[in-house]
Amino acid sequence: MTELLKRRKALSVSPLKASQTVGASLAFLGFSRSMPIMHGSQGCTAFAKVFFVRHFREPIPLQTTAMDQVSSVMGADDNIVEALKNICEKSSPTILGLVTTGLAETQGADIHGAVKQFRAKYPQFENNHVVAVNTPDFSGSFESGFATALKGIIETLVPTTFDEQNPENNRVGLRKKQVNVLCHANLTPGDLEYVVDSIESFGLRAMLIPDLSGSLDGHLPDENFNPLTTGGLTVDDLKTAGESVATLVLGESIKPAALSLKKKTGVPNYYFPHLMTLEAVDQWLYTLSQISNCEVAPKWQRHRKQLQDAMLDTHFMIGSTRVAMAGDGDLLVGFDALITSMGASMVAAVIPANSKTLGKLSIEQIQIGDMEDLEILAKEQRAELLIGNSHASENAERLHVPLVRAGFPQYDLVGGFQRCWVGYRGIQQALFDIANMKLAHHQDIQPYHSIYSQKAEAQALYQNVGERGPNIWGGH
Amino acid sequence: MKAKDIAELLDEPACEHNNKSKSGCAKPKPGSAAGGCAFDGAQIALLPIADVAHIVHGPIACAGSSWDNRGTRSSGSTLFRIGMTTDLTEQDIVMGRGEKRLYHSIKQAVEDYNPPAVFVYNTCVPALIGDDIDAVCKATSEKFGVPVVPVDCAGFYGTKNLGNRIAGDAMFKHVVGTRDPEPVAEFAQRDNIKIHDVNLIGEYNIAGEFWYVLPLLDELGLRVLCTLSGDARFHEVQTMHKAEVNMMVCSKAMLNVARKLQDNYGTPWFEGSFYGITDTSEALRGFAKLINDDDLTARTEALIEREEKRIREALNAWRPRLQGKRVLLYTGGVKSWSVISALQDLGMKVVATGTKKSTEEDKARIRELMGDDTLMIDDGNPKELIRIVTDYKADILIAGGRNMYTALKARIPFLDINQEREFGYAGYDGMLELVRQLTLTIESPVWNTAKSKAPWESKAPWETNTEKMVSTTILTDTVGVTESDKSGYKLSDAPNFNATLGA
Repeated sequence: MTELLKRRKALSVSPLKASQTVGASLAFLGFSRSMPIMHGSQGCTAFAKVFFVRHFREPIPLQTTAMDQVSSVMGADDNIVEALKNICEKSSPTILGLVTTGLAETQGADIHGAVKQFRAKYPQFENNHVVAVNTPDFSGSFESGFATALKGIIETLVPTTFDEQNPENNRVGLRKKQVNVLCHANLTPGDLEYVVDSIESFGLRAMLIPDLSGSLDGHLPDENFNPLTTGGLTVDDLKTAGESVATLVLGESIKPAALSLKKKTGVPNYYFPHLMTLEAVDQWLYTLSQISNCEVAPKWQRHRKQLQDAMLDTHFMIGSTRVAMAGDGDLLVGFDALITSMGASMVAAVIPANSKTLGKLSIEQIQIGDMEDLEILAKEQRAELLIGNSHASENAERLHVPLVRAGFPQYDLVGGFQRCWVGYRGIQQALFDIANMKLAHHQDIQPYHSIYSQKAEAQALYQNVGERGPNIWGGH
Repeated sequence: MKAKDIAELLDEPACEHNNKSKSGCAKPKPGSAAGGCAFDGAQIALLPIADVAHIVHGPIACAGSSWDNRGTRSSGSTLFRIGMTTDLTEQDIVMGRGEKRLYHSIKQAVEDYNPPAVFVYNTCVPALIGDDIDAVCKATSEKFGVPVVPVDCAGFYGTKNLGNRIAGDAMFKHVVGTRDPEPVAEFAQRDNIKIHDVNLIGEYNIAGEFWYVLPLLDELGLRVLCTLSGDARFHEVQTMHKAEVNMMVCSKAMLNVARKLQDNYGTPWFEGSFYGITDTSEALRGFAKLINDDDLTARTEALIEREEKRIREALNAWRPRLQGKRVLLYTGGVKSWSVISALQDLGMKVVATGTKKSTEEDKARIRELMGDDTLMIDDGNPKELIRIVTDYKADILIAGGRNMYTALKARIPFLDINQEREFGYAGYDGMLELVRQLTLTIESPVWNTAKSKAPWESKAPWETNTEKMVSTTILTDTVGVTESDKSGYKLSDAPNFNATLGA
């Protein structure tokens, strides 16, 4: 069993953690015509906006309740009511995601009470759904914020259709071809596109909750400007989640949300910690073939053989590589499985915050910490490859090892936000890229210049040796 | 090159192949030939001479498919990494402009890169149309004041092996003996240690592996005048005639050089290898024996004892992981026995070995090392190799890069031993790299994955739809983790700020 080592130091140096508030906002960005609102000072939103804009290279809808000095002291619930009203008037989003910041929680904001006030005062906005979640940045991290928001969305917007006492009301499977997919925070729009493709290849319809592949995949929309998300899951669709035949759950962190959905709807959950090894993808496709009663498409079978071949070709470079990684739990679980399946080993792992939902890992100890911890551990453990977000590039440079960029944020890699890591093809490309990094960093044997050498290079090297008289003899 | 010259090169009195029916210089068989041509052999043998401009005279296929394709390393000059060819066109050939083009090519190489020498490799097309490269080389050499060496190695002359000899012959004829070695520098002298000059012939410094060995030679007071040709320089090749001893490192390829050095300059030579602990030690003893200096012999034995002890200790951790593993070794010439010794040093068992390019003497050594029941593979076509791996339950195939993908397709662990490899295995320290690479592939989990069937192949899902969903994928409770709280700082170490404020 993996041991989780808590923070050992007072100061966090080169932080790995992104806040819960930011993670929660991301969940809302996967819905159509959505507007996340941070209940806090306007800076909270401005920073988060920059964080996402740099990562996705997209305009990001994000609003603020703009708490000021007076409301921070005297109570800011009115700010919520006013913000909701203003946003509804201005752009009428279908979903308003109200997420709290550390400031609001410390002050003692009652967001649910505020939403009630808003409903009472402005009944004309009854069709604008509001989901309020508590996501202060002083606890959890990006991943847990996303999971918390997802749970809040399900509990607020999915109608309860399952009743153990009256199973005749059960609506499971009314939509025979529809499957729900709950996706963890670190699946990229590219990953999600594979998820949808693979599900559709079995004649099923995938409903991603949330659907970042529709909203943050970097597409050029027809209209020039939209203050809200373009694409993503609609609330009308979400309301039919109880009629699906199955829910596929991708990631450990969103299990609480998955359990909520099952409790409300009775739709059975199928759980996958990741799709980053051949076996995991096998299991994924096998499960889909069982749910759909359809054969696995020849395309996937061909991709599987290609991946097997790529694994053999690249094991010479990747095998026995010592890897250090910093990232959210679900991402760590996936990469850990990927590299150990190639005969490499995870020698150091850092996660940003304590996690109750950490999956199975090959490594015995995980440090809760920052990029400084990553660098120290990687050095101690003689890591040959780092995996982490763009912030790890400095560490990798100092360690003279290559960096695989994964997770949030990736501000120095164009297209990194939508790269596909999952499925046979995604894994294959990951292996090629890691193998190439290893080749590029191949450590040649250091040239040895014989003291007797007639070569000009060696003589230039030794020309002053006679005067200094160092010990140039003596083997080892 | 005239038929008479080729016959002369094929007749190598120092080579055991000369009298045997099965010869490494056998004619290639149409329809079932593998391996390179004479040009390939000549270029491979000389390309590691790092500061020379190597010009391939011919249409593009010769240089185009082969330049910069060798694992050799240089400690300085990198001119050899730059591919140069006359890239003959149809017009050149039809109009007979090949020689003129070559002339200007040499001029361009000399003016742009200022090399100490230019080597010109002849290929099939100019050989066939009768370009006189000797004349061009002579003329340009005089005109530009730089040695220009013709290497007449058209592919159709014969095999790669012949090409190696042509290369050696060209060096002997045009380069060796044209300059005397520099005196040993004052600072490199040590009291009571007499410095002896030696050459290594057929050492290619693949992946820089000779640098594992060279410090030991330095320590013993053996000055390497030249390694032909790994990490060599043109002016080192010029001085080869002054060595006291030559070591033939890899195969019979350039045996003619050693033999001619003995005939013309009286230099004795011996054959050896730097693969494996035992052979590395034997090679070091080989120098001491031929030089016949008691002090050197004593110091050599002391060094061997120290190094063997050190490396055996370092290898102990790895030995259990490789002990008893079964190897199919398929590689040419001298490596067929030299690598066996390295593998046996690790406790591995060689169940079969390739002997296609081995001489009778090589085979005798194999029998000596492995016993009479060893399978010797003369015809190593891919299908046959796979069959032998299966029949002999080999854990790994060790062969040249060409066979790598054959092995991988058959899901057989593989180690590349030939010249394209990225890792150096020579000398005592090379053994550590060898065990690392052996365990990496033998212990890799990818072999099982590659053999695995998809779940739907073992049980077709559409046949089992009455069965309820597999329970393993159904959501279960979260996997637990334990937490450990090792705080590196104590709150009580900090002053009590409230108290301070209050006071």
